[in-house]
Amino acid sequence: MGCTPEAVANALRDAAAVIAEHRVELINLDRAIGDGDHGENMHRGFQAIVAALDTAVPETPGAVLKVAATSLISKVGGAAGPLYGTAFLRAATAVSNQPELGAAEVVAALRAGLEGVQARGKAVEGDKTMVDALLPAVAAAEKAGGGDVAAVLTAAAEGAAAGAESTVDLVARKGRASYLGRRSAGHLDPGARSTALLLGALAKAAR
Amino acid sequence: MSVGLVLVSHSAKLAEGVAEVAAQMAPDVTIVPAGGLPDGGIGTDYDSVVAAVQRADSGSGVVLLYDLGSAQMTAELAVESLADPEAVVVADAPLVEGTVAAAVAAQNGADRGGVLEAAAAAGAPPELGSAAPEAVTESVDLALTNEVGLHARPAAVLARGLAGIEAEVSVRLGDQEADARSVLALMALGARKGDRIQVRASGPQAGEALRAVQELVEDNFGEPA
Repeated sequence: MGCTPEAVANALRDAAAVIAEHRVELINLDRAIGDGDHGENMHRGFQAIVAALDTAVPETPGAVLKVAATSLISKVGGAAGPLYGTAFLRAATAVSNQPELGAAEVVAALRAGLEGVQARGKAVEGDKTMVDALLPAVAAAEKAGGGDVAAVLTAAAEGAAAGAESTVDLVARKGRASYLGRRSAGHLDPGARSTALLLGALAKAAR
Repeated sequence: MSVGLVLVSHSAKLAEGVAEVAAQMAPDVTIVPAGGLPDGGIGTDYDSVVAAVQRADSGSGVVLLYDLGSAQMTAELAVESLADPEAVVVADAPLVEGTVAAAVAAQNGADRGGVLEAAAAAGAPPELGSAAPEAVTESVDLALTNEVGLHARPAAVLARGLAGIEAEVSVRLGDQEADARSVLALMALGARKGDRIQVRASGPQAGEALRAVQELVEDNFGEPA
């Protein structure tokens, strides 16, 4: 069986709850090497998604993802808005108007999201950004592609968590943290952390 | 109507300030600041940028300029969302210099491509050459008598005064030479009140060009006496 629009909407609601729980943690991570607004921005964006979905859940999973994209683009003032917004927008396009999402569609959506983030932010592996969490997440999801949706998302979440941890030692080459140069090393990248949190929440919702 | 400009910044004040500086040199160009978040906070707001683009577009297209990081992403996202993304472009240029150069180009009637080019060229240091003396058909020496010399506004007035005149025109101060159509290059000369500049022109309308510059200098670039 696949994910219905309702299941995707519920997974996003769970993700919003996880972001709310980790809001302060993200703020503190971003204060260390950025401008300190990531936790608040992500929280505001995901609360906007929840509010939009509470009004109406669209009829396809792709349309649900699009609601998430437009909410994030409109409500998140930092880099996270355009980046996550583009990711959700590309994911929505990738799954088109399928009535339900199976493992193959979820893998395609993750891959499209990664490509969107890379196109928008021009970051590559090792720049100490959310790409460092997304790249291993998508690689792991593709490897697990033969399983069900829960297996795919669990693999993606594990890949993202490991990838996020790997950003601690990196020197930032993109975003506000890059202005700090070597002083950015020793800190977990907030964008990579929020990516890992989101994929973790989506995986848990799918299990 | 001229090409419009939208300034995407993290700060409302920054966007408004840059628009204010550029408007002084390009009074007829629509320059719409889109800075900060709706609640007054620091950040870039997608909806404001989209609205600003719509306000700036009078049918000749729009060029967006941005300050940092996510402002570029927000600008690009806004462009991609438009019905006709061809009419609107994001310039890769420093915000202040790029906006000034773009505004003057738009004021002089450049099309969207020309305005974009002017903005992008502002990223490079102004071309101040110790240029070769050959091929100059005519020249005139002029003393600057206005208070501020070739400062921003007079430089813009001069560059604008040459619009439509078919001639290569340069301004020399000492051994430095600036393209007279480039506001930034003129400003980089640092010519002040009392300095003698040499204006050189070649091409079919060289004489008209020199007369135009001479009139502006003698009129103190329109500054009140």
